[in-house]
Amino acid sequence: MPIIKQKDYKTWKKFDRKRDLQNWLCWFLGTLIFSFCFGLISSKTIWFYVFDSHNEALDLLGRMFPPETNYFFTLIKPIWDTLNIATIGTTIGTLIAIPLAFLSANNTTPSKKFLRPLALFCIVSSRSINSVIWALLLVAVVGPGVLAGIIAIGLRSIGFCGKLLYEAIEEIDENQIEAIEATGANKAQIMTFGIVPQILPAFTSISIYRWDINIREATVVGLVGAGGIGIELDAQIGDLAWAKVSVILLAIVVAVVFSEWITAKIRKAII
Amino acid sequence: MNDKKVIWKRKPLIKNRLLRIGLILIISTYLLSVFLTTEIDWQRILEGIPRGKNFIFAFFPPDFITRSDEILAGIFESLWMTIVATIVGILISIPVSLGAAKNIAPKFVYFLSRGVITLSRSFQEVLLAIFFVKLMGFGPFAGMVTLSLSTIGFFAKLLSEDIEDINKSQAEAIKSTGSSWFQWVNYGVQPQVMPRFIGLSLYRLDINFRESAVIGIVGGGGIGSTLNTAFDRYEFETAAAVLIVIISIVMIVEYTSSHLRKLIK
Repeated sequence: MPIIKQKDYKTWKKFDRKRDLQNWLCWFLGTLIFSFCFGLISSKTIWFYVFDSHNEALDLLGRMFPPETNYFFTLIKPIWDTLNIATIGTTIGTLIAIPLAFLSANNTTPSKKFLRPLALFCIVSSRSINSVIWALLLVAVVGPGVLAGIIAIGLRSIGFCGKLLYEAIEEIDENQIEAIEATGANKAQIMTFGIVPQILPAFTSISIYRWDINIREATVVGLVGAGGIGIELDAQIGDLAWAKVSVILLAIVVAVVFSEWITAKIRKAII
Repeated sequence: MNDKKVIWKRKPLIKNRLLRIGLILIISTYLLSVFLTTEIDWQRILEGIPRGKNFIFAFFPPDFITRSDEILAGIFESLWMTIVATIVGILISIPVSLGAAKNIAPKFVYFLSRGVITLSRSFQEVLLAIFFVKLMGFGPFAGMVTLSLSTIGFFAKLLSEDIEDINKSQAEAIKSTGSSWFQWVNYGVQPQVMPRFIGLSLYRLDINFRESAVIGIVGGGGIGSTLNTAFDRYEFETAAAVLIVIISIVMIVEYTSSHLRKLIK
């Protein structure tokens, strides 16, 4: 942080001249990239529609209010389905993620050359395909319905939980494992008494966190036919029944806030 | 010496026995009720297995060549969308995250900002995209708006948590020099949250790219549109190629972003 001497006074500046120039260059390049990208997007945009969107939005809001409150009672079953998709999906996902995480953690993997890259590949491909795309594929295989949603959410959760879990396994305290080893424990005993207690807190918080995310994801897998409230939403948007759509949106917000509240409670109770 | 064998048992996870049994009961009734209320059409699944097999075999071999122009165009569109949306989203998130930090904002602003965050977090990107496509027409602009808005919920939430954790004495030192509010935020708060800020931006860039693959399905432009078109034309080989391209780009982006994050730390 240089102090610059002027003729008769000193000023303080945060960066010296070189750093200033570097910063300026970064900003310049950033702005350049941004405007270039935005230019490409805007060339594909019909600006008339965009400038007209506030009218469209007002129109839509007008159609959405007042919400058709009676409709809520038909939504109870879809909401229940959505909850189940999220919960069962998370359970399946975490159960499959556990062995994968052990295979891909540096310190527990049985073979670094073969199994570890394979397990990592499973984790990455599960992470990079969104649950909606999984659902799209699964609806074709097992047919539309809750089951496709459960499997889609489960498959998507594997990567997320697996990645966070194997990072947790890699960070465990080796001394404790050595202590267990010193008692003459075999591999399985080391696992249950040395590793599992250390990663259990991470495991619970990861699965709760994923459950919270999955509630949101479960609301949209229905858009491609995989069960839950999304099916209802898709149908009502198709019917242009906006007064019902607003009820569904409200229900989603309530469900999400509720799940967030529960996860916060559980996390407080555990930690 | 006594001959009595001492057996060590591991402590149960939940100490209270009543709670333990209660939890097991609750979980089993829940599972039972799920099982009873979900209609699973086993007939359809049995039928679906050979169909699924055909479906999966239809993906092979992945065909990168026939529609290579469209795949490339889709990927680049996704990239532009991701970059612009991340930048716009972060720019909006900065004031929101300042507002959502308890130690900076007054009560009223705090609740307002938290409300914005909750609202942005409750709706999935795909859901938002449906509405923005309806409002603004098909194409990458609607996708960009969607991604920017959903960036707010993620970015502002995590950044505001970091702002709440700042070292108070540093911020106070700046304040005691008689700084204005903006100077205080710029010199007292911003340097402390900067590492996290950069990490989060890279992470969000990664997420936004992944999400851009799905919002295309509902008309938001990008590689998702290419994927959707491929599905609609029953060109599963092309769809497989698109999926492989998405996976590999996500892998590259993830690898570089985690590498960069480590460098910054």
